[in-house]
Amino acid sequence: MTPSAVLVQLLNGLASASSLFFVAAGLSLIFGVTRIINFAHGSFYMLGLYLAYSLVDRFSAHIGFWPALLLAGPMLGLLGALVEALLLRRVYHAPELLQLLATFALVLVIKDATLWCWGAEDLLGPRAPGLGGAIDLLGRRFPAYDLLLIALGPVLLGLLTLLLRRTRWGTLVRAATQDREMAGALGVNQAWLFTSVFALGTMLAGLGGALQLPREPASLSLDLSSVGDAFVVVVVGGLGSVPGAFLAALLISEVKALCVALGTLHGFGLALPVSKLTLVAEFLVMAVVLVARPWGLMGKAPSSSRHRALEAPLQPSGPGLRASAVVVFLLLASLPWLSAGAPYVTVLAVDLLVAALFAASLHFIMGPAGLHSFGHAAYFGLGAYGAALLVLKAGWPMEAALVAAPLAAALGAMLLGWFAVRLSGVYLAMLTLAFAQIVWGITFQWDGFTGGSNGLTGVWPAAWLADKQVYFLLTLSAAAGGAWGLRRVLFSPFGYAMRAGRDSALRCEAIGINVLRVQWLAFVIAGGVAGIAGGLFAFSKGSISPDVMGVGRSVDALVMVLLGGVQTLSGPLVGAVVFTWLQDTVARSTDYWRALLGGVILLLVLAFPMGMVGFLRDAVWQLRGRPGGGAR
Amino acid sequence: MTALLQVRGLQRRFGGNLAVDGIDFHIDQGELLAMIGPNGAGKSTTFNLLNGQLRADGGTAWLGGRDLIGLRPREIWKQGVGRTFQIAETFASLSVVENVQMALLSAAGRVFDLWRAARDFQREQALGLLRDVGMQGQAERPCSVLAYGDVKRLELAIALANRPRLLLMDEPTAGMASAERHELMVLTRRLVAERGMAVLFTEHSMDVVFAHADRVIVLARGRLIATGRPAEIREHPAVQEAYFGTGLSFEKRRGAPQ
Repeated sequence: MTPSAVLVQLLNGLASASSLFFVAAGLSLIFGVTRIINFAHGSFYMLGLYLAYSLVDRFSAHIGFWPALLLAGPMLGLLGALVEALLLRRVYHAPELLQLLATFALVLVIKDATLWCWGAEDLLGPRAPGLGGAIDLLGRRFPAYDLLLIALGPVLLGLLTLLLRRTRWGTLVRAATQDREMAGALGVNQAWLFTSVFALGTMLAGLGGALQLPREPASLSLDLSSVGDAFVVVVVGGLGSVPGAFLAALLISEVKALCVALGTLHGFGLALPVSKLTLVAEFLVMAVVLVARPWGLMGKAPSSSRHRALEAPLQPSGPGLRASAVVVFLLLASLPWLSAGAPYVTVLAVDLLVAALFAASLHFIMGPAGLHSFGHAAYFGLGAYGAALLVLKAGWPMEAALVAAPLAAALGAMLLGWFAVRLSGVYLAMLTLAFAQIVWGITFQWDGFTGGSNGLTGVWPAAWLADKQVYFLLTLSAAAGGAWGLRRVLFSPFGYAMRAGRDSALRCEAIGINVLRVQWLAFVIAGGVAGIAGGLFAFSKGSISPDVMGVGRSVDALVMVLLGGVQTLSGPLVGAVVFTWLQDTVARSTDYWRALLGGVILLLVLAFPMGMVGFLRDAVWQLRGRPGGGAR
Repeated sequence: MTALLQVRGLQRRFGGNLAVDGIDFHIDQGELLAMIGPNGAGKSTTFNLLNGQLRADGGTAWLGGRDLIGLRPREIWKQGVGRTFQIAETFASLSVVENVQMALLSAAGRVFDLWRAARDFQREQALGLLRDVGMQGQAERPCSVLAYGDVKRLELAIALANRPRLLLMDEPTAGMASAERHELMVLTRRLVAERGMAVLFTEHSMDVVFAHADRVIVLARGRLIATGRPAEIREHPAVQEAYFGTGLSFEKRRGAPQ
């Protein structure tokens, strides 16, 4: 490691910081004003890059390279305005999580639209005219184009600051960021403000993407990876703060650059490949910042919302529900005999049951405890890897490993939960996401122990469980037992306390309930049950890879819970079954299953904001004319 | 007779501003003590120092053999101090009776019971508390659909669940119509007598204070400027000056908007 190498890495960091800032600034502005966590922001970034590729390809001969490249920005801005006016405007009054789900559906639709337009191959654009070469820096070569990027970040910060401080529009944006309801009460035209902010944010994301054209190829995986990075930047900087986003982009990019510069560290007889741990480093920075400054570097404590999502008191199951639960269980238990000729049915049914148990555990923490977890797959993965490693490395019998799976997951939940319950809302969601990414990163990069990206193979159940149909019965008992247990806890004093802590932490403390401890334990229970699902999953597949704890799985679980309805107890089970079944059937029949899924989700969000089961329940209550039934 | 709560030298500073500047007062058992004062007098700060939401910079507040200063809200509750909030804090997604049962469960130390059903836990006692505040007819309703006056009554029932010795009520009648205000205070008076407790309340409505308090303490700019029976406070020159400058009195202000 020489000084010149470090210098080049630091400059690299500055260039990445600028790129990151283009995406994060827009995301932060949009969140500040509309309070929407826009998952699709990275998709606009990706689209910007693809669009710039086509524009430069077609028009650079006529209007020149730069105008063609920069045209992608306004075009994305226009698309953003359309999306806001046609779609998001309808979900502003929906619960926060449904908005998230809607933007995630948008991610799926945009991804497949891009696939349809540009194909699956990565596309590399031409070099920028005049900036294609490299300059000499202490004997090392540094791309000239990156120098331009380094300059553009601060320029954008300056322009945005002027816009926000010196114009009437900027004043309105700042007012709405501080207190949206007050700004509305003072007569600010919200529809126009929201659309313009969304368009500006989308344009910046599009520009950020377009500017990457000479630097990196357009690829379909850029949407989630860029929005993940942007989330971290925005949360570290403080939601809604543009200078905060700039500072955070600098901090994170430079920490990552330093990791690369350090290479492999040797000490205590161990070789630590720091350069491979950039992902872990990024999320560690975020975890440290959030624990020290819960609202980010330059963020302020959010003004508490005056609208609370209310839900009706939980009703213990009546004889009808209990009877139907027994019937469903018996039907499922006889499935191996009913489907004797179709072995795939039990295999799919195991997947459905595992998904249902996993979704039920996420609902437990999200619904009644009110703690939004975006990284629930971490506990699923800890259960799966815990069980697999105990069998493969420690030589445990499979049965013992399956029992230990939830303990491994619960241990992880205990560790993260201690930090997590001290945060709330978006910050909590982001910390859970960060933790899941750290666990994923370690698993992915620790080749020697976890098998790295290849994962672990040969994770088979004990001989007496090897038959698919017997294994199905085991899964059924575990899933039914788990779901029943969670339900039982919800009606126990502790379950009351979970809901009480969500409804009013102040009142809880005033009647002697330690809210943090209640939420911590809820976290551990939810993690443990997710671990059971993970263990069952591992032995049903025979092999596992880091995907079991990837962001994708966490988001799937969120979709399942919200699809079924977060305010009902059976909702997540139904949501999990419908989602997994849809994924299984649609994925086999079309290349564009993501777009189809996205479309279905959008339709559901717009038509049934309470989820499917919530919708059915409200309909039944309406028929019976039950007073106060509509939990809005 | 020794006082139930004895506050001495209570102090709290915000930056360079002494919001509460060494105040002393006491509450006797069976007493309804009103704390009044113009805006910025330090009422809310004093209140939040006593319920543990703010840390004091100095002073003591002895309740029985224990100093409340420095304890957390939930530890103060364990010492037998219940409280209600200016904007009522209840559990919106629990039913009315479940709200009270939650408090009873906490008082019984059963919050971390994960297995037994909570539904029938001390249901009779919970209904009894609801009867005490006139809410027995609405026990099964979701808390979120109650009228605001009823939410306030429910909050009172919750606060009574661990048989407090002292009840702290922050603007108990804020947001209520005049008839409701007096009803609530008559109810409070009855509960104080029946249960042998004491109440400290802050209040903006002078009507309520003069009609229902046994004794009044008056704060202005962080200091205690007067203490006495309502009739004495009404005529107290320092109080009149603090509220109105000079030349006006509570009598002449009657009928003016609050």
